[in-house]
Amino acid sequence: MMNSLLNLDQLQTHIGQYHILQGIQFEAIEGEVSVLLGRNGAGKTTTLKTIMGLTPASHGKVIYDGQDITKRKPYDIANLGIGYVPEDQGIFKDLTVEENMKVAIRKETDEVYEKQAYILELFPDLKKFWKKAGGHLSGGQKQMLSMARAFVNDSKLLLIDEPSKGLAPIVVEKVMEAITEMKKKTTIILVEQNFIMASRIGDTYTLIDDGKTVHSGSMAELIGDEELKRKYLGIG
Amino acid sequence: MRHEKYFSLKNLTFLIIIIALIFFPYVADSRTLTILMTQIFIFSILAMSYDILLGYTGIVSFGHAMFFGIGAYTTAILLSTYNNTMMIFLISIIVGMIFAGIVSFLVGLLTLRLKSHFFAMLTLAISGLFLVVAEKWRTVTKGNDGFTFRAPDVFRDRVIFYFFVLVCLVVVFLVLRRFVNSPLGKVLIAVRENEQRTRSLGFRTLHYKVTASVVAGVVASLSGSLYAISLRFVNTSVMSMDITLDALLMTIIGGVGTLIGPIVGSLVIETAQHYLSGLANDYPIFERWIIFFGMLYILAVIFFPKGIVGTVYVKYLTWKSKKAKPQLPTQSVPLVKDKERFE
Repeated sequence: MMNSLLNLDQLQTHIGQYHILQGIQFEAIEGEVSVLLGRNGAGKTTTLKTIMGLTPASHGKVIYDGQDITKRKPYDIANLGIGYVPEDQGIFKDLTVEENMKVAIRKETDEVYEKQAYILELFPDLKKFWKKAGGHLSGGQKQMLSMARAFVNDSKLLLIDEPSKGLAPIVVEKVMEAITEMKKKTTIILVEQNFIMASRIGDTYTLIDDGKTVHSGSMAELIGDEELKRKYLGIG
Repeated sequence: MRHEKYFSLKNLTFLIIIIALIFFPYVADSRTLTILMTQIFIFSILAMSYDILLGYTGIVSFGHAMFFGIGAYTTAILLSTYNNTMMIFLISIIVGMIFAGIVSFLVGLLTLRLKSHFFAMLTLAISGLFLVVAEKWRTVTKGNDGFTFRAPDVFRDRVIFYFFVLVCLVVVFLVLRRFVNSPLGKVLIAVRENEQRTRSLGFRTLHYKVTASVVAGVVASLSGSLYAISLRFVNTSVMSMDITLDALLMTIIGGVGTLIGPIVGSLVIETAQHYLSGLANDYPIFERWIIFFGMLYILAVIFFPKGIVGTVYVKYLTWKSKKAKPQLPTQSVPLVKDKERFE
């Protein structure tokens, strides 16, 4: 039985005078990695921000775990168990890696610290630079820290925005490895431009174009559909 | 390990400075210098309170003089209404701090939801409102003319007052240092760096900003009370924009987000004001000393963009990173288990 964890029903979002999301229809199934795909400016990042309450929806609904969270504040949404890894990583540059992790921890339990130890095994660089300021980390290390912060809590749902952006191939591999590990414990919505990475991790896909959902299905279907890839992703 | 922590170079320097300041009134043996140092301490407290807002939370307030004025007027009014005893003075400090705390809480709740520039303008307006009340409520404040009052007899000796203010400075510094290093202080830094991100981590940032505003307001009120005692006089100038600008410049020139910076800034600005205005007796050009003062600000901002302490700290870090050997990847990580909550 596949349970729906998050449902976006005809979601619309305005930013100032611009109508960015014009009807997003999306469903994230528990335990799966759902990938949002589309060209630059299609509305993928805004979709994640709208789920988090950072750019509130003007129409439509965001249903999470059976409750309507459309009008909730970002801190309420985060406390419901939704972790967010933004595109710009959102590292606090003047705080050390340790302090960045401490600020992110929602509830201090033994399990959380066990998880932190596990994450540090997953990302040894964070262990190495534990007392170093976040601003002094490399792009890849910042990405690892950003993901570690989201992963350290018992998030039921993780929103990850372009984790491979601007990273060296070797670091991208590392990030993929981490997401694969995270996938075993949590549901993930991933925004990714790198189709090779998306197709390797994702279970399902949703194609967004001009702020609207244009197609969705299993990742295996998309891999085989050259026409769709060419039309909406410019590849193939 | 704990011994190492307490006898660090930083703490040793701190101790040496305190000892030097304890002996200062006896070595300098100058009433003017003692009074100048007392003023520096008082403005250091005010500037540190401003640093909590600007340096640690990223809030630019143009209404900070309001809290300074609340402290000054509370002390002056209570001492002139009741006896000029030490007890009344201490009560006046506490009453001023409570009043400032309540006002900063209410003002914070009303204004801190706004974006930075709107917030700055609103604090300026509210501060202006308090200034008008102080000007018009003549039966209590005597308006622009102000009024003199008697300080507790013990403070007739300027050296005793010097030590009282020094103790206040040290206590405020230690308390604020503990505050900014606490988990709550780290959340404030996170708010300063990226408020939206902090909210999406689950923090109601408004609560944290209001807390910072209350702490800053309460500490500013203490400095106002001490300032009133140092002059034995109070008028509406304690609520003027000049006081806020002084606190802002002391913080910027000393180095924002450092706590030590505002103390250094206060030392530089108060000393420069004192000596530049004094030079006018010998050199007529210094009658316009404020122009030289403005040039000093411009030079400080050009050559010390991170403030004096900030610039020195950055240079120290650069030197240290060049000197340091790369860390081994096998370094052990302390598992944080202090159970401190952020909320």
